[in-house]
Amino acid sequence: MGVSRIFVAGLGAVSPAGWNVADLREALNQGEPLPVESVARPGRDQPLPARRVPNPALRPGFLLHPRLRRASPITHYAAAAALEAESGLRLANPETEHWPFGVVVCLQSGCVQYSCRFYEETLQNPATASPLVFPETVYAAPASHIAALLKNATLTCSLVGDPATFLHGVSLAARWLVEERVDACLVIGAEETHWITADALRHLDRPAILSAGAGALCLCREPESSLGVELAAITHAHTYSTQTSRTRAARAMRGELGASSPGEVLCEGLGASPRADAAERSAWRDWTGPRLSPKGILGEGLMAAAAWQCVAACDAVAARQFKAAKVSLVGSNQQAMGARFAGISYPSAPKR
Amino acid sequence: MHFPTTSPPQLPVRVVITGAGIITPLGLGWKSNAEGFRAGRTAFRPVSLFDVSRQRVKTAAEVDLPGDLAPTRLDLRRLGRLDRAGKMLLWAAWEAGRLAGWESAEPLPLVLGTTGGGMSLGEAYFRQALQSPRRHRRQATRAVYYQPQVQARTVLDALGFSGPVTIISNACASGGNALGHAWELLRAGQAQRALAGGYDALCQTVFSGFDALQALSPTVCRPFDARRDGLALGEGAAVVAMETLEYALRRGAPILGELIGYATAIDPHHLTQPHPQGRTTQDVMKRACASAGVGPADVDYINAHGTGTVLNDGSEALAISEWAGRRAADLRVSSTKANIGHLLGGAGAVEAVICLMALREQWLPPERAFETPDPACRFPVVHEPRDARVNVAVSNSFGFGGVNATLVLRRWV
Repeated sequence: MGVSRIFVAGLGAVSPAGWNVADLREALNQGEPLPVESVARPGRDQPLPARRVPNPALRPGFLLHPRLRRASPITHYAAAAALEAESGLRLANPETEHWPFGVVVCLQSGCVQYSCRFYEETLQNPATASPLVFPETVYAAPASHIAALLKNATLTCSLVGDPATFLHGVSLAARWLVEERVDACLVIGAEETHWITADALRHLDRPAILSAGAGALCLCREPESSLGVELAAITHAHTYSTQTSRTRAARAMRGELGASSPGEVLCEGLGASPRADAAERSAWRDWTGPRLSPKGILGEGLMAAAAWQCVAACDAVAARQFKAAKVSLVGSNQQAMGARFAGISYPSAPKR
Repeated sequence: MHFPTTSPPQLPVRVVITGAGIITPLGLGWKSNAEGFRAGRTAFRPVSLFDVSRQRVKTAAEVDLPGDLAPTRLDLRRLGRLDRAGKMLLWAAWEAGRLAGWESAEPLPLVLGTTGGGMSLGEAYFRQALQSPRRHRRQATRAVYYQPQVQARTVLDALGFSGPVTIISNACASGGNALGHAWELLRAGQAQRALAGGYDALCQTVFSGFDALQALSPTVCRPFDARRDGLALGEGAAVVAMETLEYALRRGAPILGELIGYATAIDPHHLTQPHPQGRTTQDVMKRACASAGVGPADVDYINAHGTGTVLNDGSEALAISEWAGRRAADLRVSSTKANIGHLLGGAGAVEAVICLMALREQWLPPERAFETPDPACRFPVVHEPRDARVNVAVSNSFGFGGVNATLVLRRWV
C-alpha cells in the first residue's frame, strides 16, 4: 500500500459509431447525431427507434474463442472494448500479460436479448427452452468471458445500477489497485439493444433513443504505462431519496467537482430529453467552459453511455485537447456521481 | 470523495455484526429460522408462484410472505410496487436495523447481492408487452421497480436511511460478495457501519433455466451425498447490520458475531462449471482464512456452497479436503441448501446468518437427507442435529461465471 495515484492506461469503445475509440472520436468530432434505425416490436406496426452497433468491418479474432461461441452481443461489445483498452496498456508495457488483472463490468439493463429469448421459449414450451442460452442471461456472464479471454484476470465484479454506477466501478478498480490486489484493472460499461428495452425507455423517457455498445477504461498505478491521464477524483455517490431529489443530488455532485478551470472540458450526460436532462442541466448551468455531449450523438446507451462519457473525456485529455475533464453522471434512478480526469505533465508523462 | 480515499486506519479494524434479518422458506426472523436449521427441517413443496406443469421438476422452497410487512416509512402505494423479492429484502433489512438499534437519518452504505432483483416484474412486463401490446397500465412502474437499485433505494427510504447503494451481481456468489465488500469498506475506514445482504425471489425464468440445464434434482437435494442428483431452488433474503467494533462498543450495541475474514477470486474454467480440482476454491478459502488470521485447525464448521450438483460438490469436496489436510477428518461441513434450496443471490448472505446462529447458539445445521458420503469428502457431513462448540465458521459461495467468495465468522463472547 502507499501508492494512491491511479492512471488511465488504455481506452476502448464499441458504439453505434463503430468498434473502436477512433470511430467514437470521429463521430463526436463530426457532432451530428448518428442515424436512427427501427426495432420491430412484436404486436405493433409502429417500430421503436434505436441506434444499433454496426457489424464490424472484420470479424474480431477474439470471437473465435470457444467461450464466446454462444455469447450474447453485450459480451461481444464488452469484450471488444476491454481488449482495446487492455491493448493500450500492453503497447506501453509488453510485460503486462503476466500482471494480475481485475475486471469490473457495470450494467443497467444487462443481458436482455438472451433473457427475453429464454423467457419467451419458456412461455412457449419449457421443455425446449435452450440450456445453452440460460447461462448467458446472468449479469456476471460478460465479466466471466472477459476473464477467460484475458487469462490473467484474478478478480472480477459485476455491478448493477443506474449509469452513475460506472464511477462506482472505477472507484472499486482504484481501490483494488491502491491495495495492490491487481496491477491493472479494466472497468467496462456495456449494454445491448432489444425491443423491450426500447419499449421501457419509451415509458420512462419518451424522447430518448436507445443505443448500445460498451466503453472501457484500463487503469494502472504507473504513470509511465499510462496515456498521460490521471484519475484525479471521483465524487461521493449522491443517492436520490425522499430527502434528496435528483436535482439536489446533481448539484451536490457538481459542488464537489468545483468550478471550471482554464483548459478543462465538461463531459456531460445530456441527451434529447428536456425532462430527464433538467437536473443535470440545472447543476451545470453556470459552466462556462467547453462541453462534450456524447449522448446527443450516440443515443441513450444506459451504462454504455456513461462509459463513453469517461472514454471521450480521457481521450480528449490524452490527445492534449484539454488539460483536464470533468465527467458528470446524473443517473436515472439511483445517484449522481462525477469524476475528474487530468493530464499529467512531464516528467511523469508516459514515453509513448 | 470516493477517490482519492482517506488513508486506511493504521491498526486493523475489527468488524462486528450487530443485527441480522433473515427471511427464508423456514420462516421469518432469527428464532424460527434458528429452530428450523437446528432441527434440519426442509421446506420444499409444489411450486405455486408460476406454472410448472410442463417442467421436469415441480418443487421448490417458497417463502410464506406475511400479509402485513413490518411498519416502515413507506406508504401503501410504494409498498405495493415492490415484488416478492423487494418485500423480502425490505423485511430482512428492517429486522437487521431493528436488532442493531440503529437510528435513522444517518448516512449508511447499503451493499446488496442479487442475481435477478425484481425479475418477476420484468417477466410481467414482458408478458403484457407480448400479449397485450397496446395496454400500458403498470408497465412504467414495472420498468422502474424491477431494477435492484430502485428496490435498494426503496429500502433505505423505508427505514429512513440514506447513503451509497452498491448492487453486486456475481451470480450465486453475490450475497457473500456483498458482505465481503461491506467488510472491506469498513476495514478501509470508508464507513463506520453498513447494511449488507443478499436476496432473490423464485421466478419462472430462473426455475426454467436450471430445469433446462437439468441441474434441478428430481428427487431430494442431498449435497455431498454420493447419490446426489441436483439442486433445489428456494428464495429468501438476509441482511446484516455491520459496524466497526469501536463504533459498536461506543454505543453499547449487542454483538451477534464478528466477520473476521473474506476473500474472492475468479475461476475462469467455465461459465457454469467449477474447475474439477477446485483450485480457485482452495485459494479463496486459504486467503480468506489468512485475512482472518486462522487456519484449518481453528475452523469448527464450514457452511459449504454445496448445491447438490455432481460437479459443484465434487469440486468443493476436493477443495475443502485439500485445504483442510489432516484437519478434514473432524471438520464438520454441511450445506443448508439441503433445507431451503439454493437462494442464488441471497444464498451467501442467508448462509452467513446461519453461521452466526451456529456460532451464537452452539449447534450445527444438519442435512437430514444425507446418507452416503461422496468419496471426495474426507470430512464428516453433519446429518443429525447436534450441539457443538463453534468458535469459527466459514461460509463458501460460488457463482455462474466463476466468482468464488469465502467469509470467515467468529463467535462473540
